[in-house]
Amino acid sequence: MKCQYCEKPATFHITELTGDKPSELHFCEEHARIYLTQSSHEQQEPASSLAGVLAQHLKVGQTAEDLAQLDQRACPVCGVTFYEFRHAGRLGCPHDYVCFHDELMPLIVNIHGANEHVGKRPRHGAREAGDQTRLIQLRREMKEAVEQEDYEQASKLRDEIRRLEKQRGKQT
Amino acid sequence: MKLEDLAGQCGEWLRGSGPESDIVISSRIRLARNLAEFPFIRKCTDQDRAQIERVLHEHIQRVDEWKNLSYVDVATLEDVDRQFLVERQLISREHSEAEGARSVAIDPHEKFSLMVNEEDHLRIQVMQSGLDLQSAWAQIDHIDNLIEEQVTYAFHERWGYLTACPTNVGTGMRVSVMLHLPALVITRQIEKVFRSLHKIGLAVRGLYGEGSQAMGDFYQISNQITLGRSEQQLIAQISDVVPVLIDYERRAREFLVRESQKDLHDRVSRAYGILCTAQTISSEETMHLLSSVRMGINLGLIRDLEIPTLNKLFIHTQPAHLQKLRGVELDTANRNIERANYLQRHLRKRDAGTDPEKN
Ligand SMILES: [Zn+2]
Ligand SMILES: [Zn+2]
Repeated sequence: MKCQYCEKPATFHITELTGDKPSELHFCEEHARIYLTQSSHEQQEPASSLAGVLAQHLKVGQTAEDLAQLDQRACPVCGVTFYEFRHAGRLGCPHDYVCFHDELMPLIVNIHGANEHVGKRPRHGAREAGDQTRLIQLRREMKEAVEQEDYEQASKLRDEIRRLEKQRGKQT
Repeated sequence: MKLEDLAGQCGEWLRGSGPESDIVISSRIRLARNLAEFPFIRKCTDQDRAQIERVLHEHIQRVDEWKNLSYVDVATLEDVDRQFLVERQLISREHSEAEGARSVAIDPHEKFSLMVNEEDHLRIQVMQSGLDLQSAWAQIDHIDNLIEEQVTYAFHERWGYLTACPTNVGTGMRVSVMLHLPALVITRQIEKVFRSLHKIGLAVRGLYGEGSQAMGDFYQISNQITLGRSEQQLIAQISDVVPVLIDYERRAREFLVRESQKDLHDRVSRAYGILCTAQTISSEETMHLLSSVRMGINLGLIRDLEIPTLNKLFIHTQPAHLQKLRGVELDTANRNIERANYLQRHLRKRDAGTDPEKN
């Protein structure tokens, strides 16, 4: 069975009991989440999806060209484009929360009604987070270098990756 | 570990004990975590996925108290085995149906499982029989700390734990309680209850089997919001509302006993009768009837059956469990026959000493 809103298989089957009689809804995980995170009046709109919520926020004060430009923006670390995120509802890497900060903010507030984490924190803090993000980027660049048969560049990158991985090993 | 070994046992969440276990089946908490040095799953190469698995397994194996965990390579499992793990709720349906390197580490008592390369790199899940969210939290917090000692999680000062989907960001925590609410369903009060849960931002899900029909009057209540509230606040929200639901259900049961004892007894006895005598039976019908019998036991209308036995029947009559227990693959028609046989064997055996006609 397919999701009611997209082509993905429906893995969530929700009994909606707020209407006159129970109705059964079938969603992929993404659309199930969106469905469940919307307040009841929004649930009646069929276009409600992560993409829909995003589009609504983005329409305000933005022209079609702005949107098209935004869609093309890519995370420098993992390469995910904003269009890709809008379409799939999944981010590409931790750095997306930084580089798409302004776009994600209204979406996150819409979902959670809050804009700041108040719970548990890692005991070790976000140690060497910069290096970690750099590893994601280097691995991607290495893969691209190999694909372009630039083996000299690839081996340079590999050495740098090994150096960072080794450092990480020492710290843990 | 062989999955066949698990098949015979019941697992923590169907133990049928713990606080309020006549109505609360299980309490569970899951945490979504990602390693800072890898892209989220969507942007992972095959190499990345393999490396995430290697890194996490290495670290998990290093933990002294986890020497007896079982590692299951979900990617290479047969369909029936993946389905089996889903039925036991050790992996999610999404994890089962995904592609690429992925695995799960399972505690021998099935109190927790660690899913690797699910929607996030790591999904920690703790299960507890009955209503016991505080123990579940204490355990999952400890598990999370043991892993965090060795890896760097993707964490942001403002956003908290970073997840592939912004709907999980912050605590990355989903708290859920599974309730058995047959009397609220019979008395048609359940819709009203769920409307009010939606209003306070809680999600309600029916439990589903093979098809898409809700079955067995089982409902899962969970939080939707993960950001802006602490883990304790999220737990408190569920913990506050569950006793209210338990109270409603108990009152509905009392009402049924008082106002329509005969109908209720009839319903329960018929359900029991069909389960004991059917020659072929679907998993939906089985769940539906077991649900009535379960309520009958709790109300003292059925005295020769106990909740743990019943819980075992719930899980053992699921499609993949039937096939694992039987040791062969069966199509739907043959599963329905095997299911009826299984129920007869296990329910009639218990009646051996007494005359079932007297009930
Ligand atoms: Zn969908
Ligand atoms: Zn990125």
